[in-house]
Amino acid sequence: MAKKISILIVDDEESVRDSLFNWFTEDGYRVESAENAKKALTMLESESFDIILADIKMPGMDGLEMLRRIKSLKPDSIVIVMTAFATVDTAVKALKDGAFDYVTKPFDPDDLTHLIRNATKQVSLTEENETLKKKIISLENIEDLIGNSEAMKEVLREVESVAQTNSSVIITGESGTGKELIARAIHANSPRKFFPFVNVHCGALTESLLESELFGHEKGAFTGAMYNRKGRFEMADNGSIFLDEIATISAKMQVELLRVLETKSFIRVGGNKEINSDFRVICATNRDLKSMVEKGTFREDLFYRLNVMNIKLPPLRERLEDIPLLVDYFISKYCTSMNRQLVAIESSALKRLQEFNFPGNIRELENMIERAIVVGNGKKITVRDLPLEKAVVTTSAESLDEFEKVFILQILTKYNWNISRTASALKVDRVTLYNKIKKYDLKPAT
Amino acid sequence: MSLPDITLISFGYFEKELLEKSAEAVKREYRSLLAIKEGHIDLSDYYDPGRRQYNGNALLKHVDAIPVAENNKTLGLFNVDLFIPILTYIFGQAFLGGRTGIASLYRLNNECYGLKADNKLLLDRFRKEMIHELGHTFGLIHCKVPTCVMRSGTYVEDIDQKDHRLCPACRRELGV
Repeated sequence: MAKKISILIVDDEESVRDSLFNWFTEDGYRVESAENAKKALTMLESESFDIILADIKMPGMDGLEMLRRIKSLKPDSIVIVMTAFATVDTAVKALKDGAFDYVTKPFDPDDLTHLIRNATKQVSLTEENETLKKKIISLENIEDLIGNSEAMKEVLREVESVAQTNSSVIITGESGTGKELIARAIHANSPRKFFPFVNVHCGALTESLLESELFGHEKGAFTGAMYNRKGRFEMADNGSIFLDEIATISAKMQVELLRVLETKSFIRVGGNKEINSDFRVICATNRDLKSMVEKGTFREDLFYRLNVMNIKLPPLRERLEDIPLLVDYFISKYCTSMNRQLVAIESSALKRLQEFNFPGNIRELENMIERAIVVGNGKKITVRDLPLEKAVVTTSAESLDEFEKVFILQILTKYNWNISRTASALKVDRVTLYNKIKKYDLKPAT
Repeated sequence: MSLPDITLISFGYFEKELLEKSAEAVKREYRSLLAIKEGHIDLSDYYDPGRRQYNGNALLKHVDAIPVAENNKTLGLFNVDLFIPILTYIFGQAFLGGRTGIASLYRLNNECYGLKADNKLLLDRFRKEMIHELGHTFGLIHCKVPTCVMRSGTYVEDIDQKDHRLCPACRRELGV
């Protein structure tokens, strides 16, 4: 059943209170009345009303003063002010002070009906808005960040403490570990949560495109710039901007970015007006930015500007105990979206998943489960449904040596640095493996 | 379940046929015993010269003070332009769940809007208004069903749009 809308009538004239009381109760509203502003404010301390209908001219505290007090206590309150002495000045004053509407007594019955109908609509919209906001926040918090492992709990603790600050954050972790989800969770738990979360995939854009994307452009700035366009920094005003794959931006863009981060102002491409924007930067990368700084491929000053807070996401192979939870989540997600009955997973299949090293991390696990639901028998996911044998190691290595280093480290980690088992898995002898460990200066993660 | 008896008290002149036919519709709708009485009142006491209308709140209180048998519902019938302090006019009003209501013929008449008199339409509007106000005394609030007689009507055209009967939901609510 729909909630009964409550109305508080505040008027010093008894006949007005009685008339409105009768009118609204006949319409099915819950109605209370007060003969002066003081009594109304006392009532509002212990009870909340959806709509407050108040006379302006009352002995003692007048309606406008009461309106200001109500608005300072409960800014979302819907207050309609009434008066028998209408002047434009008081109407403007009331509306400026946050009144929902202003009416002159006596009203036409139809006007009163419409007035209350509009106010009621506003009440429903406000409530709907609140519900949706809560729903969005709970989606960001609960559904997306799954994990019971110590490693994940630590990440969640960091997210919580980082979220409340305004500092820049770098999220590092292998590809597919959920860096964007962590960025969204930081935003969703921060005071900026009701403002935009703007996502920029730096790696997918060329230098000139990235510049126009980040700073916006003026009409005619370049061929094809037919309109003025806001940049991502401008869009992120009061919110957060997420710069994914920050390590891929060019040296020129690094300089530009540093300047924007320091001044929080920029000029659109082809423009001459400085634009200010209050944004928080969250970056992500799967590269080791510190070693890039040492090699001179990433500016040290930018690194320190961005690296105020750092969250390191563990690869899936370091949080194997989370695999059952993640599997359950992806089964439920894909069965629901494919309109299928929930399937189970055989314990042997789950065990094999926990033995796999998942170079593609959670993204790879998700794809595996989706595929298994599509090709499976619709009842149980078995080992045969999982493409474990075909898994390919993916790294961001750009040279053969680097690839070899990353690959050997992954296999060593998989076998808990058991040299014999790792050597056997790599099909090399133990001496060769020792030599490689020495060559690449490999060390177990601490 | 039988509802309390109803007393209609007419103040001022009403066509006998109009009054009897309207009363018949009320009786049929609520399946109650119904009596028609004549009331006497000096309406000038309730006249507001500033608004050139009659105070509906004061008239409602006056009718409510008239002694009737316990549990009876009373509806005062008038032929003058009614107002309440907050509204420019009313067709009638009642104490929700109380024992008294009032209804006026004045703004139901086509001639009030510069149109040709239509007695059939006037009867239809008057019986709807009477059933509506008595519905409030039985505790019914405004109904959202477009054809229900308990639907709120702020213009006379709204009254013409609805039926003179209670919708099934309102009837269930009353247990009739």
